[in-house]
Amino acid sequence: MQQIFNFLIRNKNSILFLFLFAVSIFLTVQNHSFHKSRFISSANWVTGGVYSWSNGINTYLNLEEYNERLITENNQLRNIISNMNDSISISKQLDSTSFEGDYIFRPSRVINNNFAKIDNYLTLNRGENSGIQKEFGVITSQGIVGIVDRANDKYSRVISILNSRSRINAQLSSTNHFGSLVWNGEDPNIVQLIDVPRQAPVQKGDTIITGGRSLIFPEGLPIGSIKDFTLDQTQSYYTINIKLFNDMTNIGYVYVIENINKDEIKELQEPDEQ
Amino acid sequence: MNSKLLSNIARFVILIFLQVLILNNINFLGYINPYLYVLFILLYPFAGNQSLFLILSFLLGLSIDIFEDSGGINAAACLVAAFARPNLLRFSFGISYDHQNIRLAFTPFGAKFSYVSLIVLIHHFVFFSLEMFSVNHILLILKKTLFSSIFSVILILLSLTLFSRKHR
Repeated sequence: MQQIFNFLIRNKNSILFLFLFAVSIFLTVQNHSFHKSRFISSANWVTGGVYSWSNGINTYLNLEEYNERLITENNQLRNIISNMNDSISISKQLDSTSFEGDYIFRPSRVINNNFAKIDNYLTLNRGENSGIQKEFGVITSQGIVGIVDRANDKYSRVISILNSRSRINAQLSSTNHFGSLVWNGEDPNIVQLIDVPRQAPVQKGDTIITGGRSLIFPEGLPIGSIKDFTLDQTQSYYTINIKLFNDMTNIGYVYVIENINKDEIKELQEPDEQ
Repeated sequence: MNSKLLSNIARFVILIFLQVLILNNINFLGYINPYLYVLFILLYPFAGNQSLFLILSFLLGLSIDIFEDSGGINAAACLVAAFARPNLLRFSFGISYDHQNIRLAFTPFGAKFSYVSLIVLIHHFVFFSLEMFSVNHILLILKKTLFSSIFSVILILLSLTLFSRKHR
């Protein structure tokens, strides 16, 4: 007994080290698995408060660019409205918060944005008090940004599309061939579209849009254009490099999308999957 | 003694804020960031309580992790660096470490450089390995470790020179 105690006291630092190391590895693994990351995140009041304070200073530096983006977006929307009567195809692509609309858009500001790591997150300055919940989509006027994965009262955390855990349904704009949008961790402006069947007419410069199979994003939002593509080892699927329309390193303001019919669609689909 | 305690607490808090608000947003050439907060581990009193040192290093890393949404990778990296520190001190400063009275500002540059760069390399290697979390990315891990280490070591040596008090 005496010897056991002596051993423990002599090696107390090593034991403490092993214990704390195990804790940190546990937290790391927890963070790598999709649905379980709930122990620590930057969507709490301390870090959220610090980030929105520092972001309040930073926003002033980018005001000019944000204004320019708003003007461009307004211009696009004006074009759509004035041409509403003669083109059905464009109006189908963009839903709004009209009475029979399926989606609700909420504006929010990005107060923290990562893009240099392999698993990147963003923090937004709105949370459940403003109606934002888990699994809402996040976009800018130019493209998609990610999916909300945690929300507390005042802040929410978004899994960026620049995250090894992010998989978003996307398709070619010209045909309906779809695949999954993933990121290989290298260039924050380039993401990969995988599992596109070989039959698809893939061409450099084609536009990639969100697919209709996603319950999170409306169909037809622009994502990026094809930079180059290769066939995978089995020679039956394309891996396509996509240049994002969005500048993920400078985001600023975003829209959070709620799909009103999500629960009903999920309910319908569930029996099939089991 | 009291002022030493205060200066360590202040260093702890200031380094966290400096890291998360400024240094993590540098992204030089896309992904290179200096990790200056390792300075806390380097400067913790050499004769101080070793168990407390391990716990403090863990908390330092964990605070950065909460800000960065990175799970426990900073905590693990700091912990390993802190655990390895006594051996590295003995390696870099030789016999004088055992007298417990060396001060970093008065050590020769070679010894200081090896001490700083070894701790930074160990910290960064654990950090990037856990961040990638896959053996397939070993080249990317080594690349990131090397480039970030160079940046960190330069910044740490600069701030050591700038903020060291030469008078006893």
